[in-house]
Amino acid sequence: MFHIYCPYCEEHREEEEFHPKGQAHIARPEDPDACSDEAWGDYLFFRDNPRGIHHEMWLHAVGCRKFFNITRHTVSYEILETYKMGEQPTVGAEHLAREEKTAREGKTDSVQVAEGGQQAVGASDAALASVKGAQA
Amino acid sequence: MSQTAAQPNRLAQGGQVDRTQALTFTFNGHSYTGHPGDTLASALLANGVDLVNRSFKYSRPRGIVAAGAEEPNAVVQLGATEATQVPNVRATQQALYDGLVASSTNGWPDVQRDIMRWVGKLGSPFMPPGFYYKTFMAPASMWMTYEKYIRKTAGLGRSPTQPDPDIYDHMHRHCDLLVVGAGPAGLSAALTAARAGARVILCDEQETMGGSLLDTRETLDDRPAAHWLQATLAALAEYDNVTLLPRTTAHGYHDHHFVTLHERRTEHLGDSAPSRAGHRQSRSRLHRVRAGQVVLATGAHERPLVYANNDVPGNLLAGAVSTYIRRYGVVPGRKLVLSTSNDHAYRAALDWQEAGREVAAIVDARTAPEGDLVAQAKAAGIRVITGSAVIEAKGAQRVSSARVAAIDVDAFTVTGKVETLECDTIASSGGYSPVIHLASHTGARPVWSDDIIGFVPTTVAGVTAAGGAHGVYPLGEVLADGVEAGANAVTALGFATTVNDADLPRVAPRHEGPACALFQVPHEKATLRAPKQFVDLQNDVTAAAIEVATLEGFESIEHVKRYTAMGFGTDQGKLGNINGMAVAARCLGQSIPETGTTVFRPNYTPVTFGAVVGRHCRELFDPERYTPMQAWHVAQGAEFEDVGQWKRPWYYPRKRAGGELETMAEAVARECRAVREGVGILDASTLGKIDIQGPDAREFLGRIYTNKWQKLAPGRVRYGLMCGDDGMVMDDGTTSCLAENHFLMTTTTGNAAPVLEWLELWHQTEWPELDVYFTSVTDHWATMTVTGPEARKLLTDMTDIDLDREAFKFMDWREGHVAGVPARVFRISFTGELAFEINVQAHYAMHVWEALFERGKHFDLTPYGTETMHVLRAEKGFIIVGQDTDGSVTPEDLGMHWAIGYDKPFPWIGKRALTRSDTRRENRKQLVGLRPKDPSVVLEEGAQIVFDPNHAIPMPMVGHVTSSYYSPTLESGFALAVVKGGHQRMGESVYLPMADGRIHEADIVGTQFVDPQGERQHV
Repeated sequence: MFHIYCPYCEEHREEEEFHPKGQAHIARPEDPDACSDEAWGDYLFFRDNPRGIHHEMWLHAVGCRKFFNITRHTVSYEILETYKMGEQPTVGAEHLAREEKTAREGKTDSVQVAEGGQQAVGASDAALASVKGAQA
Repeated sequence: MSQTAAQPNRLAQGGQVDRTQALTFTFNGHSYTGHPGDTLASALLANGVDLVNRSFKYSRPRGIVAAGAEEPNAVVQLGATEATQVPNVRATQQALYDGLVASSTNGWPDVQRDIMRWVGKLGSPFMPPGFYYKTFMAPASMWMTYEKYIRKTAGLGRSPTQPDPDIYDHMHRHCDLLVVGAGPAGLSAALTAARAGARVILCDEQETMGGSLLDTRETLDDRPAAHWLQATLAALAEYDNVTLLPRTTAHGYHDHHFVTLHERRTEHLGDSAPSRAGHRQSRSRLHRVRAGQVVLATGAHERPLVYANNDVPGNLLAGAVSTYIRRYGVVPGRKLVLSTSNDHAYRAALDWQEAGREVAAIVDARTAPEGDLVAQAKAAGIRVITGSAVIEAKGAQRVSSARVAAIDVDAFTVTGKVETLECDTIASSGGYSPVIHLASHTGARPVWSDDIIGFVPTTVAGVTAAGGAHGVYPLGEVLADGVEAGANAVTALGFATTVNDADLPRVAPRHEGPACALFQVPHEKATLRAPKQFVDLQNDVTAAAIEVATLEGFESIEHVKRYTAMGFGTDQGKLGNINGMAVAARCLGQSIPETGTTVFRPNYTPVTFGAVVGRHCRELFDPERYTPMQAWHVAQGAEFEDVGQWKRPWYYPRKRAGGELETMAEAVARECRAVREGVGILDASTLGKIDIQGPDAREFLGRIYTNKWQKLAPGRVRYGLMCGDDGMVMDDGTTSCLAENHFLMTTTTGNAAPVLEWLELWHQTEWPELDVYFTSVTDHWATMTVTGPEARKLLTDMTDIDLDREAFKFMDWREGHVAGVPARVFRISFTGELAFEINVQAHYAMHVWEALFERGKHFDLTPYGTETMHVLRAEKGFIIVGQDTDGSVTPEDLGMHWAIGYDKPFPWIGKRALTRSDTRRENRKQLVGLRPKDPSVVLEEGAQIVFDPNHAIPMPMVGHVTSSYYSPTLESGFALAVVKGGHQRMGESVYLPMADGRIHEADIVGTQFVDPQGERQHV
C-alpha cells in the first residue's frame, strides 16, 4: 500500500485516502471541433502503459479533495515525486536514463528529488536493475 | 479414549517446559498430556504420535518433520466447538493449552484407515503430475462432481459453520525501524537502534523470543546463550521507544515499507479468547505498520535431503531434532541415523546421544569432513560414514531402517555397496535456505550464492536482511550483522549511533568445515523408477514429477511450479522450493542460478479471516445511511431497499381487512392510485445535492451540462443532462438558480459523490481560472415530495408561500416557511402530477413530515416508496441513469434532443463525441416504450428483443428491456427498452423470447404512457 505525500496537505498519508485517476498531463484539446475523429478518439481512449517512469493523476479523495500528480516507477512502485496540478514533473524518463548511467558507473546514490517534489524516496538499484533487465 | 500413562519420549530434564504442570489435550479423538511450554507438535512427539496426517495427493502417512513455520505435514484443524474451528494451523506453531482439541485435516474417513490408502500404495505410479486434469478432463461438465470428492479426500481443512464468538482488532502503527525476527540478529539490530533513540518495533512469530538462541549449543560470554537472551529482552523492555511483539508474524511486506503483522494474543490460552475484567479480549490484532526502515532478521530454514521414502514418519530435519531435544525435552525416537552435507547438522547427533539415546551413524556426503563438531562426534564415539548418504528410508508407518551407500555427488550416482542401518529416525540436512519470503514480497529477485549454497535476498531501499536471512550463519557474525543492519538503518533516518564491538557478547570460536551442495540424493534406480523421493511434502511433489515435467517440455521454473503444484498452498515452498529447483536444474542440465527461482507471495503463513476482517463485520461491514425520517418509516412498517449505502422505503404494506399485510403489488397499486388521484408523499432526501457558488458558476454549468444555463433566472429550475467527454449520459437532475451566482444541483442518489468529484476534476484540472466552489449538501437538507392533484390543497394552510399556479409556476422554486420552519419549495415533478418538493434543514425534517401527515389526514396523504416512484416515473418516460442507460447511451439515443445545446459557445463536455461517426450512426439502440400485446404480461427487465422470433438460433438481438412494471393506471404491463433504430420503428412489433420457451410480443410506442401532453404537472 502506497504512502503518498499530498502536495496540498504537505503530509504523507495512506493510500486508502486517495483515488488513482490514470495518466497525468492529458490536456483536453482547446478546440475539440477542430479535432479529427481519430485525434478525439486518442484523447478519449488511449493511454500509455510504460514500464518505468509514469506520471499519473491522483485525488486526495477523503482528504483535501485536491487532484495532484505523482511520478511513479511502475516496476518498483516507488513514488519519485508528487506535485500540484499545473506544475511540471522534475523526474522523467530522461532522468531514469541518467540514473542508469550513474548506476553503471558504480555510484549508488539514490534519486534526489528537486525542490517542490518533497517526497525524497530513492529509486533503488533493484528497480533500476529490473528496468535494465527488461531492456537487455 | 486411550490415555497414555506417560509421555514415552519426554526427557526427565532439560528444555523450557514446566514439568510440574500437566495439560490435557485431544488429537484425533485420543487424549494426551503435555506441559506448559510445549507446542502441539512437541507434545505429540513426547507422546510418541508418529502419524499426524495423510498426504494431499497420494494419501501417504505423514509425521512431524520440522519445529517451526516450515512444517509441511502437521497442519491441523483446531477447535473444541463448532464456532471456534480454525483450519490450517501448524502443530509446530500452536502453543499447547489445557483442553486443546485438534484433528488431522487430511484423511477421510480418518487418518488411520484412510480410504485413499490404495492410491498411495497401488495407484501412485499412475498419478503423474497433472493426474487429476488428465484423468478427469472429460466430460467437462463432470469436473465439478469429481472435484467435490477429490477435495473431500484431499481435505484442506474447513471453516466453522457457526458465528465466530471472538473479536479481532486492527491497529495502525508507525515506527522508525521494524525488526522482523527476534533471534540473535534481530535482537542486536533492535538493541542498536533502541540505544540510538529510534522508535523500534521488534516482532517474532514464536511463543518465545530468541530464535536460534533458544536451542543453541553455543555460549555467549562463556555462559549458555539463554542468559544473554534474557538480559537483552529485559534491556529492550526497559526502553520506552521499543515495542516488543511476541507471537506476531510479519506475514506480508507491501509497498513503501508497509508491513502487516498478525499478533496472536490469546491463541496460546484457549480456542476462544478469555475475558478479562468482564470484557472479552481481542483474539488477535492485525498491526498495519508503516516503517521508516525494515530489518529482516527472519533466519534460515534447513533444507531436508531428497531421498527415497523421505516422507515416512520418522524422517525429520536435523535442526528440528535438536530443537525438540533442547527446547522441549523431547527425543522423537530411539535410534538415529543422520544424513548431512554440512557440519552444523552434527548438533542433532550430539544432542541425541547426550539425551541418552542411540546414534546408529552419521552419514556425511563429504569425503573428508573436518570441523570442530565432526571432531566432537568422533570423540563421542559416534560412527561417521563419509562420502555417503541415506539413499532410502524403509518402513510403512514409521522408519524401520535406513539404506546407506557411498555416492558421487557430481555424477549423481550410487558408487558403493548399500548398507542397511536399523533405526527409527532419520534426520537430514542439506544446508540452509535464508528465509527470503518478505524480501520477495517487495518484488526484488533473490540471487544465488555459491558460498552459502542458497538464494540470498536482494532488497529495495530501506530494507535490510541480517543474520541467517542474509546468508550469515556463524553466531558471532550473525550478532555483528544485526548490529550493522540496525546501525545502518537508523543512521539512514538521521539518528547518531555508536557501534562498539565491546557491546557484543563473546562467542567461543568454532571451526566449521565447508559444506557440499547436495539436494536430491542419487538412488540405485533412476529417479523415475526409484521409490518416491519427495521434494514438496505438503503438495506431494516428487523428484520424479519434476523430471516428468521437464521431459514434457516445461523448462521455465514458473511452469514447472504450476504443472507440479510445487510450492503451492499454505506451505509456499518453505522446505521444498530450493530442492525442486535443484532437481529441475539437474534434469535440464543447467545450474540453479540459470534455472532461477519462483517468488514468494504473501502470506508467509496463513492468516485467519477474523484477523483480516477485524471489526469490519456485522453492522460495521458496510455503513448504512438513513434519512431523518427513518424512524417514522420503520414505525410504519415500510419495507426497505438498498440504494448505494442508503436505506430507502421501498413500499409501505398496509394491513388488509383480514389483518394480513398487502403484497408488494397491492401496496404499489394503492400507492400509485393515491398519487394519480389524490396526494402522496415520498422521502426523497437521498438525492444528491451540491451547492455551487461563485461568479463563474453559471459558465461552469454551461460547460458541464449538455443544455443551456445562461438565461436561467433566480427562482427558476431546469433539468440538466450530464455526459462524459465520450458523449455518453452519466447523470441527470435538476439545478435551481438560487441567486445570480448561486445554484443548487441535484444528482441521482448513487451518483452524489462521483458527480461532485467530476465537477472538481474539471474545475481543478482544466478550468482553474473559473471562480466557482462546490459543496456537498446532501445530508444537510431533507427532501419531501408532495405530489398528486390534491397537493396544493394539502399545503395551502401550511406555508406562507403563494401556491397560486400563476405566481408559483411549474419549474419555479420559492423560499418561505413550511410548518413554521424555513424551507425551499421546488415545483418540479418526477411523477407527472402536480408536485411540490419541500426542502428543509435535516433536523427540522421529522417535524415537518409529521405536520404534513397531521394535515394530510383530511386528504388521505399516502406515503409511497421507491417502487411506486419507479412506476410513476416510467409511465412518464423519465429515465433513471444507470437503469435505462448503461454508459453507451447518448442524449440523442434517449430522444432528448431538446436538452442538447449544440450552439452553445463553449465546447461543453460530451459535445465533440456526439458528432463522431459512431454516435451519428442510424442504427443505434434508442430508448422507446414497449406495450405488451397481452396486458397481463410484465416483461422481464434485461430481456433481449428480436425482430423475427422464427429466425434460426442464434437470433440477432436488437435491444433489451431496461425498465418494466405493471401500471395500475393503464391496467397493463409496460416497459422502457432500447431497440436498434427504435425511434423510426414506432408501431412495429418486437418479440421477447424467454428462457422457458414462451415468446412475448410487444408494440414499440412512445415513452410517455400517461398524460403524454404533460398537462397534469402544470395544473
